[in-house]
Amino acid sequence: MAEKISNKEVFFNPFSKNNPVVVQILGICSVLAVTAKLEPAIVMGLSVIAVLAFSNVIISLIRNTIPTNIRIIVQLVVVAGLVVIVSQLLAAYAYDVSKQLSVFIGLIITNCILMGRLEAFAMGNRPWPSFLDGIGNGIGYALILVIVGFFRELLGSGTLLGYTVIPQCAYEAGYVNNGLMILPPMALIVVACIIWVQRSINKDLQEK
Amino acid sequence: MENLNLFIRSIFIDNMIFAYFLGMCSFIAVSKNVKTAFGLGVAVTFMLVITLPINYLLETYVLREGALAWLGPEFATVDLSFLSLIVFIAVIASMTQLVEMVVEKYAPALYSSLGIFLPLIAVNCAILGGSLFMQQRDFGSVWTAVCAGGGWGIGWLLAITAVAAVRERVAGYSNVPGPLKGVGITFIITALMGIAFMSFLGIKI
Repeated sequence: MAEKISNKEVFFNPFSKNNPVVVQILGICSVLAVTAKLEPAIVMGLSVIAVLAFSNVIISLIRNTIPTNIRIIVQLVVVAGLVVIVSQLLAAYAYDVSKQLSVFIGLIITNCILMGRLEAFAMGNRPWPSFLDGIGNGIGYALILVIVGFFRELLGSGTLLGYTVIPQCAYEAGYVNNGLMILPPMALIVVACIIWVQRSINKDLQEK
Repeated sequence: MENLNLFIRSIFIDNMIFAYFLGMCSFIAVSKNVKTAFGLGVAVTFMLVITLPINYLLETYVLREGALAWLGPEFATVDLSFLSLIVFIAVIASMTQLVEMVVEKYAPALYSSLGIFLPLIAVNCAILGGSLFMQQRDFGSVWTAVCAGGGWGIGWLLAITAVAAVRERVAGYSNVPGPLKGVGITFIITALMGIAFMSFLGIKI
């Protein structure tokens, strides 16, 4: 089945029509937890893109030698190895962000997007399409992360990447930051709004 | 007494779903009706209570810096903490397999109701998240780990059952806008319930 899809579709489908977060509902945990500010959201997005692309390639290379009944454990080990590399790199070069992300870098291992893509795509396709699939899904995931992070930081603390963007005169005119946006439950509402917009555009995704 | 406090705090204040959003993927997928939701909740609680103490012992006696000192003085400086992620996930994955086999052999009735959920649990973030929080917070003893695991598990069970109950009613009796049907409205329900749970934050125990 997958052979018929061209590389271009493999790469671009996850951006909107088949987005891993808002359509396939995978990997929600981290979307909600790390998006109170834009910066950790971007770092998290990049980490997931890297892990997803390389684990897809590795699994795709060894897909014919993995015995089927222990494949889940093999996949977990490959992913866990890559995540350890990413978390050590972050701790070395971006210590503050890695402190903010705390356990969520480790939780990339159990991010359902990874297992989903490895099972659904990398186990049945050659390395190059798998690589594109990994990058595409990673970008689709990062896109949602950045959108949610953007709105939460802008409305919640009036800053973007730590710089104040709401002008001082707005505050003087009575504008107040919405403290509720910082709280974790608001991430769910923002994602729900994205789903709402996305499914209004793509009518065929609506559930009955 | 301290452990009891931790247990209650893990259920309400540090609730896995409403405070940390761990295990959301299976939470969204399985909360369509109360019965299956309850089954998955029980399975998650079970796995948390089993894996948390095991990972705690591994962390204390093998992985932490200086933890290997019991092998002899020359091991006192060994720091294996970079291996903790791989060890934790390996423990969780193999315990899931083991529990699945044991339950299938000795409790077929339980297996037929829990069975389909057990493989799902290996990749449930709540289980690995529990172990990582355990590592971060320096628990004092195995019992603390057991109590925290039980509390987080029951909190998860509570959350998924409550949301499933609301979803059953919403699907039957309300007029949800088309694009929000199914997943969208579940997010909003969970968010509102999460805001309600935040009122527990002020409680000092």
